[in-house]
Amino acid sequence: MPAARDPTSIAHKNFSISEHVPLVVVGAGAAGIAAAVMAARLGLRTMLVDEHPVAPGLLGIDVPWMFGDRMDAAARNPARMVERIVAARPGLQEAFDAGVDVRLGVSVWSAFADGPTSKALAAPMLGLADGEHAWFVGFDRLIVAAGARDLALAFPGWDRPGVMGALGFAAAVGDYNAFSGRRIVVLGAGALGEQTVRRAGAAAVEVAAVIDVAARSPRDFGVPVHSGFRVREVLGATEVEGVSIARPDGSARTQILCDTIVLAIDTVPNVELLDLLGCAMRFAPDAGGYVPVTDAQGRCSRVGIYAAGDCAVVSDEGHGDPRWAAASGRSAAGAAARDAGLAAPVEPTPPEPAAIDRDAWRREWLQAHAGDDATTLPICLCEEVPLGDLLGVRPPRYLAYDAARFAQRDVRSLAADGPVNQDQIKRLTRAGMGLCQGRRCREQVQVLLAMQGNQTSGSVPMPSYRAPLRPLPLSVLAAFEESPEMQANWTAWFGIAAQWLPHWQEVPEGLRYEASWNLGRLE
Amino acid sequence: MSFHVVVVGGGATGLSTAWWLRRDGVAVTVVEKGIVGWEASGRNGGGATHPVSPLFAEEQRLWPMMDDLLGYPTEYQSRRLRIGLSRRQLDLILEGVAVARAQGFVAHELDNQALRELVPFVSEAAAGGVLLEYGGHANPQRTLQAYAWALQDLGGVIQQHSTVTGFDTVGGRVNGVRTDHQGVIGCDAVVLAAGPHTAQLAAMLGIRVPVAPARAEMIVTEPLPLISIGGADGNGVYGRQTLRGNLAYGGGPHEWIDLPDAQTPRAVNSPVMQSVAKRVFELFPKVAHARVIRSWAGVIENTPDGRPILERLANPSNLVVATMSSVGFGLSPASGRALAQLVTRGGCDFADLSQLRLSRFDALEADWKAELGWLPWSPHAA
Repeated sequence: MPAARDPTSIAHKNFSISEHVPLVVVGAGAAGIAAAVMAARLGLRTMLVDEHPVAPGLLGIDVPWMFGDRMDAAARNPARMVERIVAARPGLQEAFDAGVDVRLGVSVWSAFADGPTSKALAAPMLGLADGEHAWFVGFDRLIVAAGARDLALAFPGWDRPGVMGALGFAAAVGDYNAFSGRRIVVLGAGALGEQTVRRAGAAAVEVAAVIDVAARSPRDFGVPVHSGFRVREVLGATEVEGVSIARPDGSARTQILCDTIVLAIDTVPNVELLDLLGCAMRFAPDAGGYVPVTDAQGRCSRVGIYAAGDCAVVSDEGHGDPRWAAASGRSAAGAAARDAGLAAPVEPTPPEPAAIDRDAWRREWLQAHAGDDATTLPICLCEEVPLGDLLGVRPPRYLAYDAARFAQRDVRSLAADGPVNQDQIKRLTRAGMGLCQGRRCREQVQVLLAMQGNQTSGSVPMPSYRAPLRPLPLSVLAAFEESPEMQANWTAWFGIAAQWLPHWQEVPEGLRYEASWNLGRLE
Repeated sequence: MSFHVVVVGGGATGLSTAWWLRRDGVAVTVVEKGIVGWEASGRNGGGATHPVSPLFAEEQRLWPMMDDLLGYPTEYQSRRLRIGLSRRQLDLILEGVAVARAQGFVAHELDNQALRELVPFVSEAAAGGVLLEYGGHANPQRTLQAYAWALQDLGGVIQQHSTVTGFDTVGGRVNGVRTDHQGVIGCDAVVLAAGPHTAQLAAMLGIRVPVAPARAEMIVTEPLPLISIGGADGNGVYGRQTLRGNLAYGGGPHEWIDLPDAQTPRAVNSPVMQSVAKRVFELFPKVAHARVIRSWAGVIENTPDGRPILERLANPSNLVVATMSSVGFGLSPASGRALAQLVTRGGCDFADLSQLRLSRFDALEADWKAELGWLPWSPHAA
């Protein structure tokens, strides 16, 4: 007897895949290009996908990096940007020559694969999108070389236009060549700060100063360095016009004029796609945050998924040297080729980065800027959640609430009921729920919650990532061909006819399913 | 010692039940395997408009009072707007509206122009709509935390991160709930309101509660200007505009799944979310530019007829079994009050629950899930 079907379920539905490739490499930075070139030369048909140039609409909302409203009009011309990016990344020509199918301006918005609550897909699917369409490709193997994103850490005035991230700045003066500022102040005197100063120099952008909360002995930047200072305020009524700094005790106040402030304390591994695929994660203070669990060649916990470059580990070595990322990419490509049954030498794995507690930098910064008295400090910019509302688990401002009731509620009282969970705090305060998809507050909320509970940062579970991994217009998501069986059997909520009969009507015998029942019924 | 009730499950139904019990002065402990409101109760569309339910009148009576009763905001908004893109969709809406009208509730039919005055971004081709002067919607996550906090404020106890491992029974009554981290919790009555896990828990007492777990999913856009009736949906998707302005909608194929143990695995999204976006796009073409920023999925359970099971059993005589069959959030103010009455009085004085007895499934075939096609399906298993 054939098994009965529930026509309204996902069983037997077809999802259209536009093509199937043996290997997809996500991210055409140093790691991704090296991986794609090597895989193609080893005989794997390879697609290399990179989201740059990103849709102009994303620049203004700091996706994927903090562009801080400092990209000029040229960045809004994608065709011109493609030329600039190809020119700026010579490895792309090498990838073309090696026969890699290179897709620029294409973002990965999702990945769907087999899992405990997902068994009905014929094969893993990678969701791609450009400015107009969304489509799926099938793959046997996936190398994620998605790089890093900017680490945002709050300070008074950081919500002002003109505050950008080190990666946003690097793109503005590098690939996009569209930086609209002239004079910058760099926050962070570590390897990333040094690299930022170097990049500014190469682009003839003046560096007014480097500022660091730590009183560590500065590297020689060739520009004034203020170690042991915190940001008091950002100068300028509507945009950054300068920054006022002081010692933690308020002494030695200094004003520095600039049109741009570049946050260059650290970057964060871009693990969103790996998390979506269900790869095991671990919190690694010396790798920049949550990173995938991998073997030495970048194999993740899910068979066929590999991580390479900064998305696997953020390090001073990586910040300083793209060769490190390229070696990581080649190592993953070799592993993918061997796993596909091809003969490939085992590439030397890149040297282990120095073990530095990068989490301590975040704590240091937040201790200096997000103390008990900083209740109005903005934390989530999209949803306008200040520090006091975050730690007090207050409802958003548009809701009326009984302040007396909430006086006894805060992160610590929640912690008394069980370990603090960032997703729960997000649901209550909306911190991280906004248009930038949490890119500007995820890490600092994690650390702030941990600091409240005297916990390690890694004891706060990683909030889950969800599709779409980039904000994607309804019109783009909707631009696809839906299968006829999906259309014919669509219901808003199951197809159980008796569920929608008035309770005073008995359930008729044999009444199982009717497509029309639910279409208009769910109220 | 005072009467002590253990409620298994910190979802909408369990927390509401505990809260209503505690309002009556009953000592109550909620045992929750994870975090309150974490699963389906905190992940649904937030609708509070269920005219087919025997709890409908009470649902409608209670929701406007819930913010005051709980003391914490739920984001409840009254009224709903059902949109029919086609005449056929509109007719189906009107069939559903007839069920509410038969119970004395009021709804107004709207032509396209009237519809667009309420929702400027609705399709110009929409056949029409129906404005319901009943029903509404709330924020599930905020509401669930409100139940939990209100319960705690009254002295109720919530044990999070505690999984029930068994029950102690004596003389046809449950007198202890065994947990992994809190030991045995003594009790005078037990309410099983653990969503899809209710079946496994009842099985520990030798009772068959036929429910099948399934995964369903939703999407949410960036905030848009507020429309006057946030609870506006149709075209095969359900949902609402939140008070922040986001469009949050779901619908389409669910996936029947297995729940092999006491935990709920992370519920992932599927390509179905693209079809949800397509229907939202068709419904609101003038906000085609609105960016989808997030999605989520949850696990719900259904009984074979899709109707709740709300019953205090004969044996064990102090056990109440509760599943709302995938439609639990909106009805929770009323279901919790009904269940509290089942615990303390043995019956409900404001709704006829006679159709919701577990015994209606006594003759159910052992392989009922297979008969209905409600088993997990994989193209690779065939």
